[in-house]
Parts: sequence; C-alpha cells; structure tokens
Amino acid sequence: MQIDAELQHKLIGTVARCVIDHAEELTALDQAIGDGDHGINMKRGFDAVLADLDKTSALPVNEALKAVGMALVMKVGGASGPLYGTLFMTLGKAFPELPTRAGLAEAFSAAVDAVKMRGKSDVKMKTMLDVLVPVLETLRRSGGDLYAELRATAQWAAEATVPMQAVRGRASFLGARSVGHMDPGARSSWLMVEAVAGVLEGAQSMTGTDKDRAISR
Amino acid sequence: MTSHKAKISSGNVGIVIVSHSPDVARGAADMVRQMVGDAIPLAWCGGAPGGGLGTNVEAILSAIERAWSEAGVAILVDLGGAETNSEMAVELLPEERRERVVICDAPVVEGAVMAGTEASAGSTLEQVRSTAEELRAR
Repeated sequence: MQIDAELQHKLIGTVARCVIDHAEELTALDQAIGDGDHGINMKRGFDAVLADLDKTSALPVNEALKAVGMALVMKVGGASGPLYGTLFMTLGKAFPELPTRAGLAEAFSAAVDAVKMRGKSDVKMKTMLDVLVPVLETLRRSGGDLYAELRATAQWAAEATVPMQAVRGRASFLGARSVGHMDPGARSSWLMVEAVAGVLEGAQSMTGTDKDRAISR
Repeated sequence: MTSHKAKISSGNVGIVIVSHSPDVARGAADMVRQMVGDAIPLAWCGGAPGGGLGTNVEAILSAIERAWSEAGVAILVDLGGAETNSEMAVELLPEERRERVVICDAPVVEGAVMAGTEASAGSTLEQVRSTAEELRAR
C-alpha cells in the first residue's frame, strides 16, 4: 500500500474531523482538571488543517506532516499547539523513504522524543505522552493485528491516566485533585491513533494487502 | 536605576510580555512604560489566534520583532501555554536571533517591571534575566 495523495487526504481529514467532532468532550475533560480550552484550541487548529487539506494532501508525505504540524503550532493557541505541532513536524522530518513498520516506529520514536523535550515531560505525568509512548511500543512490538492492537493500546493507555496525578501542565496546579479524571491530552491522542488505525485498516482491506505489507510501499 | 524618559536606545535589551489575556499583557506593559518611559523597546501580545484567552505563536514572533534589540530580547510569560508557545516562537526565529532571546522564569507583571527597569539601565540580557528571576524565590 502506498501512502498516495488519496490516502493522505483521508488520513489527515479523518484525524482532523475526529478531533473536531470530540471538541466538546475534550473541553469537558479539560474543565475538570485544566483551564477548559483543550477542545476549543484543538478545534481551531484542526479547522485550519481542514481548510488546507486539499493543498496539504497533494504534498509528499513528509512535507504534508510538517504542514499539519505548522498549522497546529500557529493556530491552536495553547500548549497543545507546539506539542502536537512538534509531534507532526518531527514525524515529517523523520519519515522514512520506505515506510516499513520498523522505519515508521523509528520516525514515531523521534517524534515522541521531541514531544518529551518540548513539554519537558515524560510518561506517568498524566499527559499525551502516557498514550503516545505505549502506542510506540505497540508499533514496535505488535505481532498480531496491528491496527486492533494500536486502538486497544491507545484506549487502555488513555484510561490509565484517570488515576494518575498530574505533574505537568495546568492540571498539576490541582495536585491530588487531578486524580480521577482522564487527561484531555491523552484523550486527544487516543482519538488520533484511533482515526489513523481505522483509515489504514480500511485501506488495507480494500487493497487486500497482507499486514506486513500494509505500511510498506 | 532611576526611572527616566529617554529616546529608545537600540542598545538596551527589549522586553516582550506574553499573557493568555490581552488585558493582562497590555496592563503589564503600561506598568513597565510608566517605570522606564521609552528607554527600552517593549512589546506585548495576548490572546489565542482568532481571539479568546490563549497565546499565539505568530503574535509572539511579531512582538519579538517589534521589541527587537541588538542587545537581545527578554520574554515574560504567564502560564504554561505562554511558555511553550514562546519557546516554539524562539525556535522559529532566524538562527542568528535565537541565541539573543531568553524566556524568564518569573511572574509576568513583577518580572516585566523588574526586567524593564534593569534593561533601561543598559544591562546585558543575562543581567536582565537574572534580575527578573530573583523574584522566583519571593
């Protein structure tokens, strides 16, 4: 399966719409433990991504990822802009010539490391990294149904942020009171992983390519 | 460090104030101006792209441009997103400018006033930053 313009259009569009459709939920989660703007901010960023979708999806995949990242950096308006922007921009920079599973895992690993640097954060701090890091591990290690495993990982990982106490971000102001709510950034990361896995799974079943070839040209 | 009104000297460090709220940023800038007059380049920005509370990388870049000084620019920020977006903005600057911009770990209003006063005395960027950051322990 090739990541052609059509698939790229579908991937970016589905991720954007999925986040936009859940903006109210993200805001509600952020009202519980943050400043209540995650949904509004992410919607503003992904509205900008959608507005440029036709232009962006015609670009080579690495340039398209950088363009998505830059749109998020410029339009989100909160810390999640540079954080998700850095994720997409680094993924674009590191995107392999031949998108094999191992190559993609490498690139995603570089992107996750860049997010850690940008947010001066790591796992167990109740952030998006608590989803991104386990998802990276699954991408590296999955031996079975990759897309189902990615979805399952993103879900349990996001749910695992509920009992955590926030160490970074506005939620850390609440101390122990941040316990008992899912981290909004973990939820938005889960949404994106689910959207990407769904599109790639659909593309794979349409072309009938086997799993190992599903993400290689 | 007496308060004085002088012509903006490009030799003095510039100050940028970044808040989630345009009202807070403007108010803090007013306080700095009252202290130091036109002795330093000063710019502020606040609010998300398209309005509402938040911070905006493009607006931060433009504020750095307005407050630019060969001696450098010190940025004062309020909460997390303002810091992350300011760091992002600094990374997007041309390489030769990146080294001459610092983000102060200090409360935005008091830090801006202290940094502005220090800058108006012709201090270096590092001196301006450390004066603002003395406020951390208080």
